[in-house]
Amino acid sequence: MRRYVLRRVLHAVPVAFGVVTVVFLLIHMLPGDPVEIMLGESAVPAQREELRRELHLDRPVLAQYGEFLSGLPRGDLGTSFRSREPVLREIGRRFPATLLLAATSVGVAVLVAVPLGVLAAMRKGRAADYLSGVASMVSLSIPNFCLGPLLVLLFSVQLSLFPVGGYGTARHLVLPAATLGTGMAALLTRMVRASLLEEIRKEYVTAAFARGLTGRAAVLRHALRNALVPVVAVLGLSFGAVLAGSVITETIFSWPGIGRLLVQAIDARDYPLVQGCVLVVALCTVAVNLATDLLCARLDPRIRYE
Amino acid sequence: MSEREGVLALLRRTARHRGAAAGMVILALLSVAALLAPAIAPADPLAQSLDSGLSPPSVGHWLGQDKLGRDVLSRLLHGARLSLAVGILTVSASLSIGIAAGSLAGFLGGTADRVFVHACDVLMAFPGILLAIGIAAVRGPSFGNVLFALTVLGWVGYARVVRAQVLKIKEMEYVESARAVGGRPSRLLLAHVLPNALSPILVEATFGIGRAIVAEAGLSFLGLGVAPPAPSWGAMIGEGRHFLFVAPHLVTAPGAAVLLTVMSFNFVGDGLRDALDVRDDAR
Repeated sequence: MRRYVLRRVLHAVPVAFGVVTVVFLLIHMLPGDPVEIMLGESAVPAQREELRRELHLDRPVLAQYGEFLSGLPRGDLGTSFRSREPVLREIGRRFPATLLLAATSVGVAVLVAVPLGVLAAMRKGRAADYLSGVASMVSLSIPNFCLGPLLVLLFSVQLSLFPVGGYGTARHLVLPAATLGTGMAALLTRMVRASLLEEIRKEYVTAAFARGLTGRAAVLRHALRNALVPVVAVLGLSFGAVLAGSVITETIFSWPGIGRLLVQAIDARDYPLVQGCVLVVALCTVAVNLATDLLCARLDPRIRYE
Repeated sequence: MSEREGVLALLRRTARHRGAAAGMVILALLSVAALLAPAIAPADPLAQSLDSGLSPPSVGHWLGQDKLGRDVLSRLLHGARLSLAVGILTVSASLSIGIAAGSLAGFLGGTADRVFVHACDVLMAFPGILLAIGIAAVRGPSFGNVLFALTVLGWVGYARVVRAQVLKIKEMEYVESARAVGGRPSRLLLAHVLPNALSPILVEATFGIGRAIVAEAGLSFLGLGVAPPAPSWGAMIGEGRHFLFVAPHLVTAPGAAVLLTVMSFNFVGDGLRDALDVRDDAR
């Protein structure tokens, strides 16, 4: 296991390095002058020069890249153009809210998807399977920016059950978490169903039946545990998508997380902050992917020897 | 079997999947409506009528009017042109890059393959539309920038699928035979390997059009898609959500359009996967 961990960590390092480079290029190599985009056409040349100096854009690109890289170990992601605060401090303030929303969404998605997927697999070809399939397809097809306003319309405007937006209590969390978690719940339901159906066909499950176990016991005690390994992999790999999805969900519900911060930074043309938000979310994704791979290898030792 | 007969047989097999059949009908109707939008839309999608802003559905305006008094149905029909155009063009561009990169990496192997795999790993670390949001934010809202932003990451999935297929197919006996009789590498790839590697790509591309439509609408929702006042379903939802209490139709109509379109592409993709009996080897 130790060798596998080392191999995976060593693989994650160049990926993280590549992510940092792509984010740097995002601002520095795209056509157009970021200073002109930030200040607009009405700015006078002196203002442009000052901002260019402030953002170190007057230096050669390689020097800027070196400076960007050397600042990262110290947590220096630059200074927010809007608030004049260090970018990392701004992100650090908002990150817990995003983490709470993402973790709740994932938790709820798992709680819904596992029983539903098991039910669909055990009732394959019957009404429960069909209904679960249709519900999964609808949930997978409805994007956050459609589902969020529709949930607000139903549960806030019509039924007055939950607040339209905001942050602070468990009631504020319900609609954003439902919006963010629905797609993932659908994906996991399909995954649990498919994975469990594959396990059920294997000989050890047939042997469990032969020993006199009931269908439910054989599935829940034996097949489900093995069926959940690919589900854990999908869960981990989807966590990044949940973080990215939080950009839209947080905007809809005025949730004060990193996604909303990114949108506010875009509106304010605060490019150091845009760069910082994209970088932090991408690096979190790399870290979660790494953790997922390690967890899967722990759950299924065969993975370590592939 | 001729190529035309092959396509028809595939369509028939796909249509056996009930969801896929319904999806194909809906997409055909949507495509016709989008193509004929200038002729069948009841009004100019940009024509404003401020004194009747936020009006509910009526005989004159079947889906009501937005805050500027523009006809929602007309904007929806013209928005369909934009959504389908973004979906098809993004997938076409991504497919071209993905097929070229994936087939070369898989066929050449060695350093080219290692560089390809690392490049994919880096790009895949940017989840969902995050990188597209970053690119669109820097380049500004426009149709071309949306296509660029979605293609930068869009090709990776296709390339990985093609690479996996090419790796598998290039070891098959018929390819070995073609190599043994002196077939040039370029001919081996283009004539023997690639044509047989494309089935999973067809499935992936079908899902990809739906994903691109959602991504464009998501960017437009955030104000990073096509520049206003061009009608985009995402932008319509983004504007409409501020009037949920007084004019819910501004969200429900474009929301239903996005859902129905994406679901249709997903059903057709599922049907195609069953018809082609494709298993995803790239994952």
